[in-house]
Amino acid sequence: MHPVLTLVVQRIALGLLLLLAVSAVIFLGVAALPGDTAQAILGQSATPQALANLRTEMGLDQPALTRYFNWLGGILTGDLGTSLSNRTDIAAAISQRLGNTLFLAGWAAVISVPLAILLGLLAARYNGRWPDKLISGATLSTISLPEFVVGYIVLYFLAVKWQLFPSVAMVFPGMGMMERLNAVILPVIVLVLVVLAHMMRMTRAAILNVMQSAYIETAELKGLTPMRVIWRHAFPNAVAPVVNVVMLNLAYLVVGVVVVEVVFVYPGMGQYLVDHVAKRDLPVVQAVGLIFAAVYIGLNIMADVISILANPRLRHPK
Amino acid sequence: MRIPISALVGLFFTGAFFLAAIFAPLIAPYGMAEIVGGVWDPASSTHWLGTDAIGRDLLSRMIYGGQTTIFVASAATVLSFTLGSVLGFSAAVAGAWVDQGLSRMVDLVMAIPALILALVILSVLPVTLTVLILVMGLLDATRVFRLARAVAVDITVMDYVEAARLRGEGWAWIIFREILPNALSPLVAELGLRFIFAVLFISTLSFLGLGVQPPLADWGGIVKENSSGLVYGIPAALIPAFAIAALAISVNLVADWVLSRTTSLKGGRG
Repeated sequence: MHPVLTLVVQRIALGLLLLLAVSAVIFLGVAALPGDTAQAILGQSATPQALANLRTEMGLDQPALTRYFNWLGGILTGDLGTSLSNRTDIAAAISQRLGNTLFLAGWAAVISVPLAILLGLLAARYNGRWPDKLISGATLSTISLPEFVVGYIVLYFLAVKWQLFPSVAMVFPGMGMMERLNAVILPVIVLVLVVLAHMMRMTRAAILNVMQSAYIETAELKGLTPMRVIWRHAFPNAVAPVVNVVMLNLAYLVVGVVVVEVVFVYPGMGQYLVDHVAKRDLPVVQAVGLIFAAVYIGLNIMADVISILANPRLRHPK
Repeated sequence: MRIPISALVGLFFTGAFFLAAIFAPLIAPYGMAEIVGGVWDPASSTHWLGTDAIGRDLLSRMIYGGQTTIFVASAATVLSFTLGSVLGFSAAVAGAWVDQGLSRMVDLVMAIPALILALVILSVLPVTLTVLILVMGLLDATRVFRLARAVAVDITVMDYVEAARLRGEGWAWIIFREILPNALSPLVAELGLRFIFAVLFISTLSFLGLGVQPPLADWGGIVKENSSGLVYGIPAALIPAFAIAALAISVNLVADWVLSRTTSLKGGRG
């Protein structure tokens, strides 16, 4: 087998193993915490009989390990269990919301990645001059803001004061593409702002790092324009770290999306998770938590795989 | 020693926020839960920032809220630093399986986004200040562990550590007398960043309704309480939002300065 392929397969296998361990943390770790789920649902005044019935119904009388394997087996076959608070099937409730969340995060990624790389290139081109300072200053302030603050500032000015966009991101099945886009435009702007800064800073840093090399000086002395030096000589060598940062930020969108969905009352996975944490609906929280963790780990693996593939030293072994 | 202007600004505002938090009951013009006016009264001479969603004085709530936010964030930071650095140093000093075990455990926890893991844990535990501080401190300790271990690994190979080992000093001596003094500057620079992270984290949790619970207030919670007013053009929710940002930025300015000082002292290698 080609050595690169071996590396990639190894990395993916390691990721799957990690995911398995994470599922154990989410299930067994929570089971080990003090606190009685049945008591939490029924409240302090519950009779011992009612508690015992609920425990049997939820399978809480079985050992944690048995429950874990049942749960894991269910998830692998697409059965996420039933919600405690309204007795509905979790998988059915999630499918619609997962699509909504991916739609939101997908658009945020499509806009933020090229924009971040472009701004990063510009900042590196005008390193130390006013475009760089302007871009760096603006990003420093967005880094210091939590997502919900960015969300409300954007909402207050764009939706309420200037009335450019709808303040609540309402989407429903059967909605046209353009309507849907118009509805999610504010949450997309917020998510872009949240991840843009970090991606841009790291792109700038990666390119400036490469700019120190001797071949950049050669390219400059050859008389190439600064933008051409960056685009043709520096950028290809900075691809691996840039891709890594892009992937890590896309993984970060997973967290940002939870908060932004709550700000804009968007019917996605994040809102669903937060609602059910408040209701102490453990099966839902565990299932959704595992899905978020899986996406996060998946993107991290992808970052590793791409940087393996982007490394020519690994692609053409001696 | 010349302090750059940005660091001075940062120091001034950080100091002001902490002083306001410590002396909250003395400064606040009204009680935290006292209803003193109408719903969302605009700013006036009696209520400098106006009133909130049920007519409480917003300035007083901001001051008490800052106290809660800063207290929870500081406590969580102290916990994460103590735990993270002691475990990180121990891992570096002990090496072998202690290091492997701790490092892999930290990798595992860091493989789950902190907010998601915190939400999963908080869905089981009662949401009290103690639980919040413990959860935030433990989750953040993984980040401190990584840094402390990385710094300490470089130090443990130094001759003076070797000498201490040969003298027959115990773990505690090596960790606290040999490694800690030499690892202090990068850790102090990190302290500021971890504190900001804790402020943003507790604010986010409270905003989601899963952090500090009423009747206590914190900035994230005040944003949540007043967020419905935004749609009617009442900017009350933006005031705590700006406070969070101002605190984060001013601590950031100080941390940047400390970081640049320590890295230049160490020849670029923190």
